[in-house]
Amino acid sequence: MSAILSKLNSSELLGGKKGVLGLAVLAAIIFVVLPLGVDIFRLNLVGKYLTYAFVAVSLVLLWGNGGILSLGQGIFFGLGGYGMAMFMKLEASDPISTKIQTTPGIPDFMDWNQLTAIPWFWEPFKSLPLTILAILVIPALFAYIIGFAMFKRRVGGVYFAIITQAIALILSILIVGQQGLTGGVNGITDLKTMLGWDTRVNGILLFGCILLSRYILTSKFGMLLLAMRDKEERVRFSGYDVSDFKIFIFCIAAMISAIGGAMFTLQVGFMSPSFVGIVPSIEMVIFCAVGGRISLIGAVYGTLLVNYGKTFFSETYPELWLFLMGGLFMAVVMFFPNGLAGLWDQHARKLKFMKRFYDDTPEPERFEPTLSATKEAVEAPVAKKEKPAKVASMKGAKA
Amino acid sequence: MSNTDFVLSIEDLTVSFDGFKAVDNLTMYIDKNELRVVIGPNGAGKTTVLDLICGKTKSTSGSIKFRNKELTKLSEHEIVREGVGRKFQTPSIYENLSVYQNLEVSYPKGRGVFGSLTFKRTAEVEAQVRKVAEEIMLTDLLDLEAALLSHGQKQWLEIGMLLMQDPELLMLDEPVAGMSAKERDQTAELLNKICNNRSVLVIEHDMEFVKKIAHKVTVLHQGKILAEGSMDKVQEDEKVVEVYLGH
Repeated sequence: MSAILSKLNSSELLGGKKGVLGLAVLAAIIFVVLPLGVDIFRLNLVGKYLTYAFVAVSLVLLWGNGGILSLGQGIFFGLGGYGMAMFMKLEASDPISTKIQTTPGIPDFMDWNQLTAIPWFWEPFKSLPLTILAILVIPALFAYIIGFAMFKRRVGGVYFAIITQAIALILSILIVGQQGLTGGVNGITDLKTMLGWDTRVNGILLFGCILLSRYILTSKFGMLLLAMRDKEERVRFSGYDVSDFKIFIFCIAAMISAIGGAMFTLQVGFMSPSFVGIVPSIEMVIFCAVGGRISLIGAVYGTLLVNYGKTFFSETYPELWLFLMGGLFMAVVMFFPNGLAGLWDQHARKLKFMKRFYDDTPEPERFEPTLSATKEAVEAPVAKKEKPAKVASMKGAKA
Repeated sequence: MSNTDFVLSIEDLTVSFDGFKAVDNLTMYIDKNELRVVIGPNGAGKTTVLDLICGKTKSTSGSIKFRNKELTKLSEHEIVREGVGRKFQTPSIYENLSVYQNLEVSYPKGRGVFGSLTFKRTAEVEAQVRKVAEEIMLTDLLDLEAALLSHGQKQWLEIGMLLMQDPELLMLDEPVAGMSAKERDQTAELLNKICNNRSVLVIEHDMEFVKKIAHKVTVLHQGKILAEGSMDKVQEDEKVVEVYLGH
């Protein structure tokens, strides 16, 4: 047992002692504390929040580490969610339970819209394996097309964010407009949920995604992501095709978000365009920011905290919630750029019982906003006067 | 155009921005193991020449051949993979990574998406990082976050990142800008050392420094070559004194 533990401890994949502890605590909360300590209504809510956590994790990869801000992760969450919803709707629409319809055997909203047969693109969703494949492949393919078009032309930063946002809006309008094919503004409803099972499946998949992300971040790819966030030109002129890396991480982020969307449908029992558009996409960025955009586990806590706050405040002061959420986002960006994870890293090492977990980990990485990097570049020639003296003494000692 | 023995041959190179010719019909050859310095007043087109060679700017006409391979049609990363390394004017290093990681990331293996996902820190990589760190005088600071280096050390680190790729042509844009006198001397020594098995093209304003390193000097003025030759010869050239050195 201890051999396994020490192996785990040394494993970079789990992020050293501290990383193992972080994962263990999160696992205990998701699989033990919440199922035992919370009533079924709240537990379902937590399950729903955890599906958003997938998107937050994907944003840690894309935004926190890669510096690519996507304001359209709702697109992929929605694609995954709709994929699952289409399968479940077809399952639920057998000829017997829909015999009062004009055309039995098709989803109810199609019948209301005078459709008499299942559209061609619904056909693959009759099969579960094909549905699972579609949930993973279609969002990744869509991300590839967007990513190829943008990153090969070196569209980035604010422009990329705005374009992803526009695509999210277009997709939600398209879904609303094609009522007969998509269920329109109501979405796809009345689905059976896998009560009880889904929270655990959800948790396991979330951990799978976190480990996958951690593998990527601890590889050379992860280092390159940080390098690109900092000095994209330098990476390009070191012989890397920067756009390939961006496209890949965008596809992975899309896939992780889509898994979250599919889990959402399983958990909540419906999918609607209100989870695709601009507002949910931006909310998901806030979850990630509050958790700490460079911490995978922090993103999960950020999601839980913001959503708990949302539920709590919208039950008590519904009209205030949106202002609070906006305020929270601004406060985090201004005062805690590393979010919850940053606060924890700063203060936990001061706690006695936490000390041993920090012995082998270096100081937390500083998140340098690009603004300060530019400032430094501008100030550098001015600052040179005092700095070299210190360097000379450091080097002198060596010589 | 015929093949040559030169490492780099630039012939009739022109680039114009909205009619303004930043580089005008430039022809220039660089030998194996040569350390060439390009000088000239501001706006002479020095940096533009480097941008053209490394593919950052596309030429309007003319040819750039590196080991007899045309570079003007290649994209930036392909040019780097051919063996051309370029240092920027302001130090471009990855501030969030350690000195070690900065060098490791620049190692020319695992350059594709999947290659980088399966890249392992082998003894070979380790040895190359240590060797380069020794050369750029940063061996003791390998674990330091690069943001904490001094300005001069950042310049060296960027040179080191290029040395990791072992390029055949190394281009440096004002490598001693913002350095102390002592650091300048050390950099001159470093450059003289590293041009043993490669060609180096340097842009510089500091004449004292140029004297220490240059094998040959090219003076650019308004996108054209004003003079070329040894430092002594160029310094005596009347035209050069008039437009550049005189003031």
